[in-house]
Amino acid sequence: MPSTIVLNGNAAAAEAVKQVKPDVVTVYPMASGAEMMGHIASFAADGLIDSEIINMESGHSAMSGCIGASAAGGRVFTFAASQSLAAMHETLFIASSLRLPIVAAIVNGALAAPANMIADHADSMAERDCCWIQIFSENPQEIYDNIIQAYKIAEHMDVRIPIMVAADGFISSHSMENVIIEEVGEVAEFVGKFTPFQSLLDSDNPKTIGSRDMSQYYFEYKVNQLQGIENSRKVIKEVGKEFGNRFGRYYGFFEPYKLENAEYALVLMGSSTGTAKELIDELRAGGEKVGLLKLRIFRPFPSAELREALAGLTAVAVLERVLTPGSAGGPLFNEIRSALYDVEKRPSIFPYVYGLGGRDIRMEHFREIVKEMKAGQEEVVETGVEVKYVNLREAND
Amino acid sequence: MSLKNWNELTMGGVNLEPGSSLKNFTASYRSGQKPVFNPDNCINCFFCWVFCPESAIIVDREKITGINYDYCKGCGICENECPVKKNPKPILMVEEIVEL
Repeated sequence: MPSTIVLNGNAAAAEAVKQVKPDVVTVYPMASGAEMMGHIASFAADGLIDSEIINMESGHSAMSGCIGASAAGGRVFTFAASQSLAAMHETLFIASSLRLPIVAAIVNGALAAPANMIADHADSMAERDCCWIQIFSENPQEIYDNIIQAYKIAEHMDVRIPIMVAADGFISSHSMENVIIEEVGEVAEFVGKFTPFQSLLDSDNPKTIGSRDMSQYYFEYKVNQLQGIENSRKVIKEVGKEFGNRFGRYYGFFEPYKLENAEYALVLMGSSTGTAKELIDELRAGGEKVGLLKLRIFRPFPSAELREALAGLTAVAVLERVLTPGSAGGPLFNEIRSALYDVEKRPSIFPYVYGLGGRDIRMEHFREIVKEMKAGQEEVVETGVEVKYVNLREAND
Repeated sequence: MSLKNWNELTMGGVNLEPGSSLKNFTASYRSGQKPVFNPDNCINCFFCWVFCPESAIIVDREKITGINYDYCKGCGICENECPVKKNPKPILMVEEIVEL
């Protein structure tokens, strides 16, 4: 029987890892997720899992350890948050280029300076082009569910691309909620046994991994690598459905919330969606045609599906928890705007930046955004490149 | 050697063929100079053989016999390490014109 336990996001992630039983877990603790790794280390110390726990001296080393262990043929897990994810940067490219099915939990946090580490997607967005699948979670339940699904997706032979399962630091990672923990046997059966492919420890079949390719081959290599992340589109959908059939919670590229017959929509990712849903409920009760779309998969970006979901709307407000200096709007805004460029009747798309460094976004802010989106649609039709900041203190002249 | 297309590569570019570097003559990028071996004054001290980063000094029956130009990259370390003062030196770097 599945059990319902009150857990925070870090503990929920640790429960998922306990059930998936990786061979190797590399640990470099950062404040927001140190607890997660603490739980996993306790499980290993108590003999509940026989994972090798390796303490590392940086995020860079933690990912390097995962790369080695995964290339050797093991199922691996690690975690990163803000600075430690940034420290992993160069190794992330290597992990995906070598097609290693690594799963990493990311507890999203702001990048220094100033030192902060609280909920902010700057760390994840800085890694958006490293060919990792990026899954964003709203709450502890989703963190648990997403980590389990991540192993099945990453280890699929058509994919073999590493996955980051992200959640908002100190919000999803630390707030306690009811989490349904499935039976160990069920989870193990769902994820399946890990079959190493082209493992370095298979000495009967000697091979070279990570050799050098000059201009003769680099281009071909990188385009070849795209197959993995492109194939993952189908696999993510299948695994989300299969997970739902078995455990009752279905997952797709995104979660539409009261989007049917909506004229206006909010698009966002992560923990703030909960608050926004409250507002949607309130507005819908008042007869306003406003809906919400919570993006779950940022990479590969589900352009076609989003086009279908958002095409008929009058206006869309895209809310991002990241600052993209020197750009006309952040990555989510640009991707969505680009996805909708080819539709016949384009909605107006407004970029908002909120919640940097863990700044709160509350009902009243979402209410204001909906109001602005409605008014903006009448005044300016085709702009929307002027980024607006939510809940930012500003002195008036 | 014919080049493979992007959709003909192994997953992760893993090289599944042991010893395949024998097919790849890395000396193709040697430019400018190459060492020329002259056995007359060679004392077979093996300094060149020890220091050569490409293992391109050919040894036959405990004697230096020449240079493997398929792998020699023309770095000149062999000439530099050769302790023989007598002329002509056993290893001398000479200009090489590569025809493209």
